[in-house]
Amino acid sequence: MEFPKGLKYSREHEWVKVEGNIALIGITDYAQSELGDVVYVELPEVGTDVEANSTFGVVESVKAVSDLYSPVTGSVTEVNAQLEEEPELVNSDPYEDGWMIKVEMSDASELSDLLDADEYKAFVEEESKS
Amino acid sequence: MNQPGGALRRTPLNECHRAAGAKMVSFAGFEMPVQYTGVIEEHHAVRRAAGLFDVSHMGEFEAEGPGAGAFLQGLVTNDVARLEPGRVLYAVMCREDGGIVDDLTVYRLAGERYMAVVNAANIGKDFEWMSARKPAGVALRDASEETGLLALQGPRAEAILARLIPGGGDLGAIPYYGAQERQVAGRRALVSRTGYTGEDGFEIYCAAEDAPRLWGEILAAGAGEGLRPCGLGARDTLRTEMKYALYGNDIDETTNPLEAGLGWVVKFKAGGFVGREALLRVKEEGVARKLVGFEMVDRGIPRHGAPLLAGGRPAGVVTSGTMSPTLGKAIGIGYVPVSHAAEGSEIAVDIRGAARAARVVKTPFYRRSQA
Repeated sequence: MEFPKGLKYSREHEWVKVEGNIALIGITDYAQSELGDVVYVELPEVGTDVEANSTFGVVESVKAVSDLYSPVTGSVTEVNAQLEEEPELVNSDPYEDGWMIKVEMSDASELSDLLDADEYKAFVEEESKS
Repeated sequence: MNQPGGALRRTPLNECHRAAGAKMVSFAGFEMPVQYTGVIEEHHAVRRAAGLFDVSHMGEFEAEGPGAGAFLQGLVTNDVARLEPGRVLYAVMCREDGGIVDDLTVYRLAGERYMAVVNAANIGKDFEWMSARKPAGVALRDASEETGLLALQGPRAEAILARLIPGGGDLGAIPYYGAQERQVAGRRALVSRTGYTGEDGFEIYCAAEDAPRLWGEILAAGAGEGLRPCGLGARDTLRTEMKYALYGNDIDETTNPLEAGLGWVVKFKAGGFVGREALLRVKEEGVARKLVGFEMVDRGIPRHGAPLLAGGRPAGVVTSGTMSPTLGKAIGIGYVPVSHAAEGSEIAVDIRGAARAARVVKTPFYRRSQA
């Protein structure tokens, strides 16, 4: 199970890689492992506004539909179109080729609400016990 | 197998699944494996090689004694009287109003000894239903807890099973929908050429305490050929590709077999059965809706409960849906008005508030040569 340093994490199991004012967002290794085989991803259009802790799309496994929650507020600048043809990238490469959206943040201070790698790892360990 | 305090029940293979690292979920009151390595990989294994499923949670009732056949004949829609010893049929059991109590298979073991195999979720309901309608001379016994059931399915199933039977077991002598006793891995078993996947394969009934041994021996015998243990996730994608009904999803007490596409197991000429009069009326008047298969034209995956639109208006409902691993497209099953039931009919699925185009197709979605 991977928890790359240098990323921020939400309690909804999304990761954020900050590049200037842009947040690159995807779901974590733990999330993809819990989901199982991802067969479908629905992402917003470029230009859509997203809000911290609100849904921006869905990721679906064979059996279930899971909401995707934005860790930050802002506007979508780019979407990973490859996931339409290859949703399984979310399983095989959740932190790189499985990235989902890029958001131009309107309030970078929201990042301080997120967890770092060690905090997220501890969070996952607690969740796994229940 | 009963756990105190309302906790989940376990099949005799529970330890095997945990040891294999299966992801366990709750299903019909049982703790069951939903997947081992992955739903898609397990699904492909069944279509291309073989898969082994634990279906011990299902219910087995034995009906025995003079009149046992007639008793079952009066309860199920299919023609039990035509069953020779060693043969099996698929049927539904209906209420007086034609609604489906359960779908099941009926085995004639010998003479007046029969076995009814029912869905796990309906064991209590079905046993009560049947007991209430049983004549005095017939003994009806719930043998579910003493019975283990393994399903070995796929093109390599027969070759793998043959390795565990002295002399190869002459499995060719067991016809489709036939069941015969064999010694499998040194244990007595009833081997039935039936299944829920659309592939050739067997359902193997054994004593509950023998199930772990059979599980391990079958997996070992098939190891070199791509045999995989498979969970409920793959069981569902496989049966959906065949448009096999899942009780609780596609059929239930509010649906009748004629609208559900199960008219082929309703034999009006085979004498009386509960619900016959109601179903005859449905047949005469015509059904108002039909259970059809459809594929998505727009993006999205249809899911149970999603509204189906005909002519842009809500007119039906999705009962089952998934991304089909073998076909590589999203497929669904659902009820539509008869006006939109023909192959090629354009319908739409309401997915999260948006109407996504779909098209009614012929079923089953998958035919054996396609994998």
